[in-house]
Amino acid sequence: MPADRSTKIVSRNFGVEGANTIDGALSCGAYGVVPKALGMERAAIIEEVKKSNLRGRGGAGFPTGLKWTFVPKGEDAYLVVNADESEPATCKDREIIYWDPHLLIEGVIIGSYALGSPHSYIYIRGEMIREARVLQRAVDEAYARGFLGKPLACKGGTFTTELTVHRGAGAYICGEETSLLNSLEGKRGWPRVKPPFPAVKGLFGKPTIVNNVETIANLPSIIDKGGQWFAELGMGRSGGTRLICVSGHVNRPGVYELPMQTTMREIIEDVCGGMLDGRKLKGVIPGGSSVPVVTPDEIDVPIEADALANSELIKPVEVRPGVNFDMGGGKILRSQAGSGGMVVMDETTDMVAVCARLMRFYAHESCGQCTPCREGTGWLARVATRMAQGHGRPGDTELCASIANGIAGNTICPLGDAAAWPMLGFLTKFRADFEARENRKVVAMPEPRV
Amino acid sequence: MALSFSDEAMQKIAAARSRYPNAQAACLPVLHIAQAEFGYLPDEVIELVSNTLELPVAHVHGVVTFYTMFRRRRQPVGENLLMVCTNISCMLRGGYRVLDRISQKLGIQVDETTPDKKFTLIEEECLAACADAPAVICGPRYFLRLDTDEKVDRMLQELATHPEPEY
Ligand SMILES: Cc1cc2nc3c(=O)[nH]c(=O)nc-3n(C[C@H](O)[C@H](O)[C@H](O)COP(=O)(O)O)c2cc1C
Ligand code: SF4
Ligand code: FES
Repeated sequence: MPADRSTKIVSRNFGVEGANTIDGALSCGAYGVVPKALGMERAAIIEEVKKSNLRGRGGAGFPTGLKWTFVPKGEDAYLVVNADESEPATCKDREIIYWDPHLLIEGVIIGSYALGSPHSYIYIRGEMIREARVLQRAVDEAYARGFLGKPLACKGGTFTTELTVHRGAGAYICGEETSLLNSLEGKRGWPRVKPPFPAVKGLFGKPTIVNNVETIANLPSIIDKGGQWFAELGMGRSGGTRLICVSGHVNRPGVYELPMQTTMREIIEDVCGGMLDGRKLKGVIPGGSSVPVVTPDEIDVPIEADALANSELIKPVEVRPGVNFDMGGGKILRSQAGSGGMVVMDETTDMVAVCARLMRFYAHESCGQCTPCREGTGWLARVATRMAQGHGRPGDTELCASIANGIAGNTICPLGDAAAWPMLGFLTKFRADFEARENRKVVAMPEPRV
Repeated sequence: MALSFSDEAMQKIAAARSRYPNAQAACLPVLHIAQAEFGYLPDEVIELVSNTLELPVAHVHGVVTFYTMFRRRRQPVGENLLMVCTNISCMLRGGYRVLDRISQKLGIQVDETTPDKKFTLIEEECLAACADAPAVICGPRYFLRLDTDEKVDRMLQELATHPEPEY
């Protein structure tokens, strides 16, 4: 049965005071699925996850079960949970950690058992001091109650989960999984060249699976109610529900767990109570700052990954008018479900300023290993900012497009694409706004400042 | 006299070290402990960390300079490190206005500390509180939906008078 708006899997304890302490959590049923999971064969859990159509919630939407099968046969893999949440406009993992850390830990126990993880790690963003404390307390409690650190009976013997919370120290790039692994190993967070993929050679040189917080928090329900059930909640190749973080110019911004079938229009008009002060919509960023923006006539598309990527209602991103951007192998780019961070912008929004602010972010966060990313993001930030500040020069629109096109596909990690794609998206959908800024007479908002 | 860690810090370091298969992996946790102990990470502290974990000084130095939360500056920051988000979700709901208001009330610019060492102001990237924009965090405390000057003023007042709550 497809999910409806009352279906709550990962957000069921949001707003429930006390659910983040062990006694509160236990009274909400936490750890109830552990005996069932540990009574299953490891391979049967992986099979159930495959059947569930669970796809990664960290941004790329990769099928989780399939990823797990990339671990070489017969080898154990470290499980690492990505709690670095720093993609602009994304604020869901922090909610899970704050309200329901024991759900996450329960997911970690199930995942660790399925993968045979000798020691699992949750890599939490350094700035999240409150959440790190809540999570550490929850982990300590789970140790004290014997869910962690003690052998638990499992199919054919016992299994012990070791879990460590590892705090980052301020670097967006550490959300990228190979950078995260370097950071976890005590190094600078430089992304690694792939292959080898982490599933083959990851943490401490061993097979490793990196999954997002929301991804892992879905595991208890999948094992409890079955992969089939989870798949049927969803839509197409995407099982389950999805946390959508709505920010910007709506009446009720918030983090909502929604059916995959929900369209962007429904989210704005129903879920979030319409546009702030009754103003008109100008654009929506559907899935975090790294995905292309869409226009008001493109919002009748569900937030599901394949719909946002393929729906013909969304015009393809172009490198220049009439010429589609090629993601590689002729694949066109429309938009993406990304990390679920949806930004709603009304008619008063200065799209050039928003774009410039984002480009400044990427320039700041580039680790500098690859020339196209290091130089390109810096240029994009400078050119977009001068346009935003009313100092645009003739040809700047074209210049931004060609720099972005030069970054895309030419870098070690996807941060380069994450900067290039939204840039091209803004230029495709709001080209006139940019071209108007080539004329220095346009007086712009004083923001952003660089 | 050479710098050394307190006994309490040494215990925390030993506990952190035991969570990883090698000493290098304990580098970030130990640097966090060191920063909590000394307030910032000048050369002497980097040396101390490198001796404690038996890692090359150059490695520890490279790590410290990579991450923005590790502070090399000699001047320790104010009691309250105000991180103001100006990324897009906050910008759309007035993040820059929050920054300006704080700056005006405290009489300091971004990256400066008040003379009484109570506040340091920094501009931050997304703090994962976008749905409650505009957002400021200060240690473990969140100040959300700061959409009026009064709310900003109240936040400063609260921080100046109330010590950090326990979590
Ligand atoms: C620049 C960059 C930043 C990323 N930041 C995050 C993040 O903060 N959290 C996250 O879960 N994934 C992030 N990812 C995606 C991870 O690399 C990885 O795909 C993900 O953690 C895998 O988990 P999943 O399959 O469960 O989504 C980021 C990727 C890139 C390229
Ligand atoms: S694409 Fe950018 S962030 Fe990624 S490795 Fe290259 S320089 Fe670093
Ligand atoms: S954009 Fe400000 S908290 Fe996310």
